[in-house]
Amino acid sequence: MSVITYRQALRDTLRAEMHRDENVLLLGEEIGVFEGSYKITEGLLKEFGERRVRDTPIAEEGFVGAAIGAAMLGLRPVVELMTINFSLIAIDQIVNHAAKIYGMFGGQTSVPMVIRTPGGGGQQLGATHSQNIELFYSFIPGLKVLAPSTPAEAASMLRAAIRDDDPVLFLENLGLYNTKGEVPDDDDTVAEIGRAAVTREGTDITLIGYSRMAMVTGQVAERLAEEGISCEVVDLRSLRPLDRETIVESVRKTGSAVIAEDDWLTYGIGAEIAASIQEGAFDYLDAPVRRVAMAEVPMPYAKPLETAALPSVESITTAVKETLNAVGRRVG
Amino acid sequence: MADTAKPKGGGTARTTGGRRRSRKASTDAASTIADEQPKVLLDYYRQMLLIRRFEERTGQAYTQARIGGYCHLNLGEEATVVGLMTALQERDYLFTNYRDHGYAIGKGMSPRRVMAELYGRATGVSKGWGGSMHMYDTETRMLGGYGIVGGQLPLATGAALAVSYRGGDEVVMCQMGDGTTNIGAWHESLNIAALWNLPIVFVVINNFTGMGTTVEKSSAEPELYKRGSAFRIEGVRVDGRDVLAVRDAATDMVERARAEQRPFLLEATSYRMKGHSVVDPAKYRTKEQAEEAKANDPVLAFESQLEEAGVLTEEIKKEIAESVRAEVTDAADFAENSPHPEVSTLFDYTYATPVANESRRMPADPVFAE
Ligand SMILES: Cc1ncc(C[n+]2csc(CCOP(=O)(O)OP(=O)(O)O)c2C)c(N)n1
Repeated sequence: MSVITYRQALRDTLRAEMHRDENVLLLGEEIGVFEGSYKITEGLLKEFGERRVRDTPIAEEGFVGAAIGAAMLGLRPVVELMTINFSLIAIDQIVNHAAKIYGMFGGQTSVPMVIRTPGGGGQQLGATHSQNIELFYSFIPGLKVLAPSTPAEAASMLRAAIRDDDPVLFLENLGLYNTKGEVPDDDDTVAEIGRAAVTREGTDITLIGYSRMAMVTGQVAERLAEEGISCEVVDLRSLRPLDRETIVESVRKTGSAVIAEDDWLTYGIGAEIAASIQEGAFDYLDAPVRRVAMAEVPMPYAKPLETAALPSVESITTAVKETLNAVGRRVG
Repeated sequence: MADTAKPKGGGTARTTGGRRRSRKASTDAASTIADEQPKVLLDYYRQMLLIRRFEERTGQAYTQARIGGYCHLNLGEEATVVGLMTALQERDYLFTNYRDHGYAIGKGMSPRRVMAELYGRATGVSKGWGGSMHMYDTETRMLGGYGIVGGQLPLATGAALAVSYRGGDEVVMCQMGDGTTNIGAWHESLNIAALWNLPIVFVVINNFTGMGTTVEKSSAEPELYKRGSAFRIEGVRVDGRDVLAVRDAATDMVERARAEQRPFLLEATSYRMKGHSVVDPAKYRTKEQAEEAKANDPVLAFESQLEEAGVLTEEIKKEIAESVRAEVTDAADFAENSPHPEVSTLFDYTYATPVANESRRMPADPVFAE
C-alpha cells in the first residue's frame, strides 16, 4: 500500500495502461508539451512520444470526434477535455455519435474510448468554468458515466473505463486532485461499472453522494458519529448505469436519506435518486428525502458567494439533523 | 482544363488525369469513352442504372408507407456515386451523410440488405436499427451514413488517424453535401487532418442546394474546392455528371492520399433531380432549373454516349435493363418477406460491454418489482 494523491493515481494508471496495450493513446489540449492543465499527464509525452501522446488544436468537436472514429477502428483513445465546461462544444459528437454508434448500426461497431474531464466549483473560476454538467451525459443511454471519489477508486475505475468497449465519460473533480488515499501497489483491480459502494455502514440515515460529495458526506458521517448519529454512506461512483438497488436497500434499512450533489437542484442527479427511493422504498421512509445541491445561480466569482453556493459539511449536516428531527429523533 | 498533377490549388476539371494509367505527364488527357474497355463502361452503366432503379423503387415504397422516417435519394447523382466508389479499393473506408443508399450499394453492400434496412427488417445492413440514414457494414468498410450535418467529418478524420497510427495503407473517403462546408466540424476536421497528415479524401457533393438554401446564400466562398486552401489542402472541382471524370479525379486523390499520407478535397458538382427528400416537392426550384436537371440526366446522358460509341447496343441495353429490374424486384421482395426485429432484442445494442444495473425498463414497468 502507498498513500498517493488522486492525481498520481490517474497518472500511474494511464502509464500502466499504455504499457499494457499499444492501442491506448492520449489526445487532448496541452497534454503533451505542457504536461496537462492539471498535470495528470506529466512525463507521459517524454515516455511515449508524440505518436501516443497527442496535443490537439483547440477544437473539442474535432478531436473528440476523431477519437470516436479511431475507436471505431479498434484504437482505445483516452481524451482529456481540459474541463467539462468545454465538453459542450463536443456534445454533438459525444451524444449523437459516441453514444449512438453501437445501437444505430445494430451492434456492428463499438466505441471503446474514454473522455476524462474535471469539473466542479470552489476555485473562483466564475460562471463558465465551475459547472457540474454530468447530468447531460448521465441522461444518455449508450454512455457510461463514472465519478470516482478516492485515489484507489480513480485507479480501478480508470482501468475499467479504458478496457471497456463502450464510450465512458470519466469525471474528475478539481477539488479531489490533491486528496490522498491508500492505493495497493502493483494493483490491477478493475472496478465493476454500474455498482455503487457502501463506504460506511450505519443505521440512522443514508447519505448519498458521488465524486467530491462522496468525500464530503464521509466527513459529515464522521462528525455526526461523535454525536451518536449513525450514518450509512453510499458513494454512487457510477452515474450511468445507476445502482438503484444499493441506494434503495440502504434506505429501506435506515428509513431516511439525504442526497448531496455538486450540481444544480432542479432536474439534477439528486432528483433521479429521490425518485428511485420513492419508487423502491416509499413504505420504508420515515421522513421526506432531502437534497442538498449547488445554489441555482451562475457561479459567482467572489469567494463568500461561491462558498455559499456550494454544498458543504455544514449544510449537509444541517439537512441530516433536520431530517432526523422530522423522523422524531431529536438531535442537535 | 485544369491540371492537378502539380499542386496549384485546383480548378474545374473535366478529369484530372491519372486513373489506371501512371500519372506521369501534366498533360495527361482526360479519359474518353474511346479509351475505355467496353466491359468497364457497361459495368459503370449498369451500376448507375441499378442505383437509379433502386432509388425509384425506394421512392415508391416510401409513398406506399413501406418505408418510414426520412428518405433522401441519390437521383441525379448516380454518376458521382459510381465514379467515387470505383476509385476506392476494397480495403478503403467510407463515411457518408444521410444520402447514403447509392453509396452503400456502390461500396459493395447487397441491394437486398440495403432495401431490408429501409423496410426496417432484421435482415437489413444495420439489423433494422439504422434505417435510411444509417447504412453500415464492417465487411465492405462502409462505416456509416450519418444524419447530423457534418457529424461524419470528425469520425472519418479519426478513422484516418487509426490507419495512420497503425501504419496501414488504407484511405478514408468522407462524403458530404455543399451545405456541410459551413459547420464547425468541417473546419476542425480539415485542420486536424492536415496537421496530422492523415490519409483522407473529403468529398463535397455540390448539388448547389442544402435543402432549399443555395450554395451562394450559405457559403461566402461558393467555389468549395478552394476552401481547402485555408488548410493547405489541395482541392479540385470535377463535373459530377461525368462518371469517368469523377472516377479519374477521385482515383488521383485517393492514390495520392495513400502515397503521400495527406488529406485532399474533391468537389463534385452535381444536381439532385428531386427534392431534398421524398416528401419535398422542391417548390423553391424554378421550372427552368428543374428542366435543366432533367435535360442533364447523367444516366440518360451516359446511355446515349455509350450508344453513340457503339458500346451499348439495343440488345445489351435491354439485357441490362432487365437484369437491373429483376435485381431491384428481388431486393424489394426480400425486404418485404424479411422479419421485423424481435421486440425481445430491444436492449441488445445499448452497450457493447454488458454492465451491472443497466436499465431494461419498458414503458410503464415499475423500477422495483417486488
Ligand atoms: C446539424 C444539422 N443541422 C441541420 C440539419 C437538417 N438538415 C438535414 S440535411 C440538411 C441540408 C444539408 O445540405 P447539404 O450538406 O448540401 O447535403 P445534401 O442534402 O445536398 O446532400 C439540413 C439543413 C441536420 N440534419 N443537422
